[in-house]
Amino acid sequence: MLMNLLHFVISIWVPLVCAVIIVAVLPLVAGYIVLMERKVMADMQARLGPMRVGPHGLLQPIADALKLLIKEDIIPDEADKAIFWFAPLISVTAAMLAMSALAIGPWFQIAELNVGLLFVVGISALGIFGIVLGGWSSNSHYSLLGALRSAAQLVSYETAAGMAIVGALLLAGTLSTREIIQAQNDYGTWFAFAAPVGFFIYIVASIAETNRAPFDLPEAESELVAGYMTEYSGFRWALYFLAEYTNMVVVASIATTLFLGGWLRPFAGTPAFDFLDGFPSLLMLVVGAYCFYRAPKQPVKVQNLFMVAVGLLMFLAAMILAAPLVPAVANLLPGLKPGLHGAFWFLLKVGLYIYLFMWLRFTFPRYRFDQLMRLGWQFLIPLSIVNVMGIGVALVLHRHWGWGHLPAFGLTTLLTLLVAGLLGWESEKKDKEHVFVGEA
Amino acid sequence: MLDQIVFYFFAALAVVSAILVVTRRNVVQSAIFLITALLATAGIFLSLHAEFLFIVQVILYAGGIMVLFVFVIMLINMDVALHQIQFNRQWWLGLLLALVVGAELTIAIAIGRSHLSFGDPAPASALEPSTQLVGKVLFSEYMLPFEIASILLLVAMIGAVVMAKKKI
Amino acid sequence: MIPISQYLWLGMVLFTIGVIGVVTRRNVIIILMSVELMLNAVNINLVAFSRLVGSAEGHAFAIFIITDAAAEAAVGLGIIIAFFRNRETLLGDEMDLLKW
Repeated sequence: MLMNLLHFVISIWVPLVCAVIIVAVLPLVAGYIVLMERKVMADMQARLGPMRVGPHGLLQPIADALKLLIKEDIIPDEADKAIFWFAPLISVTAAMLAMSALAIGPWFQIAELNVGLLFVVGISALGIFGIVLGGWSSNSHYSLLGALRSAAQLVSYETAAGMAIVGALLLAGTLSTREIIQAQNDYGTWFAFAAPVGFFIYIVASIAETNRAPFDLPEAESELVAGYMTEYSGFRWALYFLAEYTNMVVVASIATTLFLGGWLRPFAGTPAFDFLDGFPSLLMLVVGAYCFYRAPKQPVKVQNLFMVAVGLLMFLAAMILAAPLVPAVANLLPGLKPGLHGAFWFLLKVGLYIYLFMWLRFTFPRYRFDQLMRLGWQFLIPLSIVNVMGIGVALVLHRHWGWGHLPAFGLTTLLTLLVAGLLGWESEKKDKEHVFVGEA
Repeated sequence: MLDQIVFYFFAALAVVSAILVVTRRNVVQSAIFLITALLATAGIFLSLHAEFLFIVQVILYAGGIMVLFVFVIMLINMDVALHQIQFNRQWWLGLLLALVVGAELTIAIAIGRSHLSFGDPAPASALEPSTQLVGKVLFSEYMLPFEIASILLLVAMIGAVVMAKKKI
Repeated sequence: MIPISQYLWLGMVLFTIGVIGVVTRRNVIIILMSVELMLNAVNINLVAFSRLVGSAEGHAFAIFIITDAAAEAAVGLGIIIAFFRNRETLLGDEMDLLKW
């Protein structure tokens, strides 16, 4: 019986290692995404951001994590203790479980499900319970209001995101994450170019899904204290925060898999663009060189050494990424190139998508809650339904009537944009009707 | 062997959660245990090679219907309900009748198990591309019920909106 | 595959627990939740037989049942909210007047 168990564990060692990596590394990655956000925020506000803790603030997330771990654990007196304890766990579990069906590179996937993409969407929808139960169990007005608003927002934009995904799934023909990327390889273009309106709808809906600005009314500090997270402090708050940033990574991974070609290099099918294979190592080299350049300028000797170490790490990464390009190694281990380079391109695209999230956060003012709900129900959902119909029409034109890719998809994109303009004009009119007493 | 462990785990989780649903005093705790019962059922679907149904159960039932329940529970003030008697006056009769129903079903299954031959189970690969098979069945043989279901949902939406409005 | 009678027993147990919930509890929201339990028990039966036979028709029927349950839960909760607004009670025992 024990031998059976051992055999079973050995047979699933790859998914097991991937799962351990995700559970161990993802919190660290989420912490560094927080640092990236602070640096990007600082950059867009013409200042520098965290610079003290570690060179260029590189050790800031670790300091933050330590601080949160040793903070006092306050539980409100009237709170329902069991649910209060359990709610952040639901959020974190849902977010991390959703990562299990996503393929980060051809090598890195925990579970190859037949219904992979739907699994990811469905499990991240279970994160709503963490928010609602957390807000309710805190037994405070701000928390409950924030939780209900946040849950209403998530449910509304989930529909629009789901329909946008359906639009791209029509092109892919399958729900399995690996096969979707393979379908993009066979198609020749990424689905973002074949269904641009769907991609746009998914970007907007995913910003609302993760409660990011400009849709972050439920957790904005000036509005509802901190919404459903008000009564949480210390590590419980860190768990909610971790769940939010992990959700960002999950949503970015879905967009990358479905719209941006997953682990495919740009122009993966064309041999003329093979020079792009050198881009990963080049990027790592440039970052390493920058680290070495900034190392002597650090104020403290320890930070100097740390920068040199980071620089050396970047050079090592560049060498590892350049290894599959050497013909000798490529002949020895043919699976190395798709594996390593695939993971690099996937993570680059996820990083760019998250940068887009941050860019939008620091550019646009916040939506008021009724404007938010109106945008979701009266603009995005009708537009996403029209998008699905449009892609259906484009597929019929392309497959049955023999039109080319560009005319078919171009025509339907134009028609969908026309409908979008109509819908946008309608809601502009309605917005102007809401003139408050005392104005005009 | 793995099949059995998975089945017994999910079955035990489902039964325990179900018992807790009908016996809790706090309605929110009942709702949470119903969510675990639904997720356990979804696990059973997955072990029966019904992948599409598993994810439909998670998305619709646990992620949709239960969110609706939890919303309504939070919008209605339940403090009074916590201190009332939770079982009605004729609970003994209800329990008796429910056990009679259970006994009937037990007899039916016990007799059927030995007297009807269900035959050999079909190979698991017969249900393999789960989504495609369900889609094929839904859109060819059961197209009419499918359309009726969509109209039913429309009617339910309109009904729920009208019901919950303050002034019609 | 596990013998199908195991799934039938599980369905039976869940169904009975659901029936107990419906006829014994006073709180109408818990009655609605017990109805959902019964529908789930039926779904387990359907999917088990569908696996036995190897056809996806049982899955389609189960999807219809889930759709039905969603519609019923929405309308039922709407009715509960409307009733609560009028009479401030959530107990099935006290919802006994058609008009007053």
